[in-house]
Amino acid sequence: MSAIHLIVNNRPHDLEIAPDTPLLWVLRDKLNLTGTKYGCGMGLCGACTVHLDGEAVRACQTPVSTVGAKKITTIEGLSQDNTHPVQQAWIAEQVPQCGYCQPGQIMSAAALLAKTPKPSDDQIETAMVGNLCRCGMYQRIRRAIHRAASTAGKGA
Amino acid sequence: MTINRRQFVKRGAAAGAGLMIGVRLTGPLAWAQESDAGAKKPAPNPFIAYVNVRPDGHISLIVAKSEMGQGIKTGLAMILAEEAEVDFNAVSVQQADTRPDLYAHLGTGGSGSTMENFTPLRRAGATVRELMITAAASRWNVPSAECHAKQGTVVHLKSSRKATYGELVDAASKLPLPDQEKVHLKNASDFKLIGHATPRVDVPSKVNGSAQFGIDVRVPEMLFAMVARCPTFGGKPSHFNAEKAKAVSGVHDVFEIPALPGDKFTAGGIAVVADSTWAAMKGREALEITWDHGTAASESSDGMREALRTAASTPGKRVRNDGDVDAVLSNGARKVEALYELPLLAHATMEPMNITVHARGNDAEVWAPTQSPDWVQGTVAQVLGLKPEKVIVHTTLMGGGFGRRYMADFPAEAAQIAKVAGKPVQLVWSREDDMTHDFYRPASCHGMRGAVDANGHPTAWVHTLASTSIRGYWDPKASPESQEVGGAKEMPYAIPNVRLEFNPVASAVPRAWWRSVENSFNGFAVESFIDELAAAAGKDPVEFRKNLLVKSANWKPKSEDDPDPARLRAVLELAAAKAGWGKPLPKGRGRGVAAFASFGSYFAEVAEVTVKGGEFKVDRIVAAVDCGQIVNPESVRSQTEGAIIYGLSAALKNEITIKNGAVEQTNFDGYDPIRINEAPEIEVYLVSSQEDPGGMGEPGLPPLAPAVANAIFAATGQRLRKLPFQLKA
Ligand code: FES
Ligand code: FES
Repeated sequence: MSAIHLIVNNRPHDLEIAPDTPLLWVLRDKLNLTGTKYGCGMGLCGACTVHLDGEAVRACQTPVSTVGAKKITTIEGLSQDNTHPVQQAWIAEQVPQCGYCQPGQIMSAAALLAKTPKPSDDQIETAMVGNLCRCGMYQRIRRAIHRAASTAGKGA
Repeated sequence: MTINRRQFVKRGAAAGAGLMIGVRLTGPLAWAQESDAGAKKPAPNPFIAYVNVRPDGHISLIVAKSEMGQGIKTGLAMILAEEAEVDFNAVSVQQADTRPDLYAHLGTGGSGSTMENFTPLRRAGATVRELMITAAASRWNVPSAECHAKQGTVVHLKSSRKATYGELVDAASKLPLPDQEKVHLKNASDFKLIGHATPRVDVPSKVNGSAQFGIDVRVPEMLFAMVARCPTFGGKPSHFNAEKAKAVSGVHDVFEIPALPGDKFTAGGIAVVADSTWAAMKGREALEITWDHGTAASESSDGMREALRTAASTPGKRVRNDGDVDAVLSNGARKVEALYELPLLAHATMEPMNITVHARGNDAEVWAPTQSPDWVQGTVAQVLGLKPEKVIVHTTLMGGGFGRRYMADFPAEAAQIAKVAGKPVQLVWSREDDMTHDFYRPASCHGMRGAVDANGHPTAWVHTLASTSIRGYWDPKASPESQEVGGAKEMPYAIPNVRLEFNPVASAVPRAWWRSVENSFNGFAVESFIDELAAAAGKDPVEFRKNLLVKSANWKPKSEDDPDPARLRAVLELAAAKAGWGKPLPKGRGRGVAAFASFGSYFAEVAEVTVKGGEFKVDRIVAAVDCGQIVNPESVRSQTEGAIIYGLSAALKNEITIKNGAVEQTNFDGYDPIRINEAPEIEVYLVSSQEDPGGMGEPGLPPLAPAVANAIFAATGQRLRKLPFQLKA
């Protein structure tokens, strides 16, 4: 057990926790932020994707002790009211089917667009290849990222 | 709104309850309280849904159908709103809890939700509309025929009077119900919602993390559990030491749960209960267990494959026998033979199995991501020694079903654990648990023989099907072919001599329903072999099929699953036209087609592939769909895309293999579904139809693999007869 200080969605948290606990389970079981999903626990599916200082990482592969002062953003922190351009694009393209993979997909896409505002299909594939969607909504994901890219600049 | 029986009884008396109609699967609607009718026992035919028009004019549809992303909540609301003449937004759908006294038939599967509910909900909507019109007409003392309903308001044009449903509901709820045979259903040409793309109601919560899946259920004081199961099917712990597991911080308890027989099929094992999922995982890792691997420990995929190949080359139980195949095959006709092989498959839903159970002694509460809440209820009740009505099951959203969430194994385990734990417990399966203790799609082998005459007409078709059958696992006394032959028995092509035979192959590997069930393998065998016959006849694959899809004047379906050849032909023609069939492709590229009907819907798919060296890529899939009357085209498209990608994972990549009686693949590294870089462009074309709605969750899958294999043949001359496909360089 060690004392860990985290900043999640701009809110500070102090926890007593085993330092090897993956960030995924800290978010889900200790902080009740269940939007971040468990899919494989091995960095293979991307369902647990969150941002550390804006960088997309797999929370299941991130021991909580390694987060340090980096700011954590989860799907809940992207926007609660679905105003983020990626969320808007996801609704417009009706991307989610079961929806379980989608927090991870959206966090990967948001990180991509923050760095590469107008990604090519190849750049999209490189950024999204780690995110599985068992419902097979890849075509919609691709379209939604292009849509978000074209609306983001317009303050949508 | 929570429903209780008393509230129903008082409906007529208490103002403010609104109007409540019970919807039956078959037979007439009823005022909801009729199910009570002074009876002590639940009515024999309770309702599948309730329609509640509230005093504010808003309509709640309370329905026992599970949302897996197929958009069923949206589709059912559209049907009701259409006939009730209210805006789509005026209907909200609520998930029904298990109440055997109130609901029947809570299962969601077999692509059946729209098929079952379409007509009953239309009638319910029309009933609401007619009651409102009758109430308004009598209030204004005008003939009903002079009034009409629009957007939740009844209008009398002549006197320009209007009244909202909210204003009328009290009076409407005191009227007798109209005769069900006589309620006027709208003409399809007047539909404003049905058939029009409508955004799904479940989507907004799925883009901000607020959607609550089974694994997200959080209740006060809850604990988390994991179970260590013997990797070998049928094995059990012979000895275990829990000391180190109990030393893991956060672990509360460790105990053995026995395997449960019957329809639960749990493996049993050692349960670890902890205060977080991670602690339960760490605790489980620290267990020291010696397994008794049991009698299945010698089973392997190689042995299974050999047994299947032998069985597919041996005459079996005749399931269909038209004409005289032996006579044709023994004369000088040109003969074609092929053997197709398909492996075991896991469902691999994105959300692993999980369930939360609170056993409180005299009753229990369950939060379940399940396709069969009534079965969960019965199972949990049985394990806890309670009457089913003492167990309430809340059906949560679920991260994929595909048939896996029909099963009652994880609910049974959770009940065993909750009984000991005394607090609410969430049982979580790791991805590894999910992959290695699934109920797998059976493995199968198909021995096909056919003949083509000198004019290129096919004259004989023999299909010898062997599989590790589902029924063979569930009930050794049942006919093993009953869930294996669909789609092969209804082989739709007009060939004069046809035989289908079946041979079961025994295995200890658990099997059950996987998206599209046996159609997933029979579709491959039938649509690959018809392509081989076309090639042997020197005919174009589309023309060859079209000529065999003939609907004679006296055509009648032999069974309710028998596809209409004209509808199949129409989707074939549509897909071919949209795909540019016949247009030359550059070298190294190929086009293949497959057409297949299942679950009341008709699909044709054209695949385009590029082959380079020993590798190939699927570039494009063009799908034509006739699912009868379309409710929400948005969901039809989405389901088609999903079924294609799910089918592509099976065609190209996925396979479950068995070694020493255990599954070899444990996570998405060994069983890696299609990813975005492998996903083809998909185009979906919909046939406008007023036939009864067909299913949509499954039927897009069976034609995918044969379309791809046929495309590779077109590009290379190589026939791929074994899934997942491997090209010879
Ligand atoms: S759960 Fe982290 S990548 Fe799958
Ligand atoms: S929407 Fe179901 S897994 Fe992606």
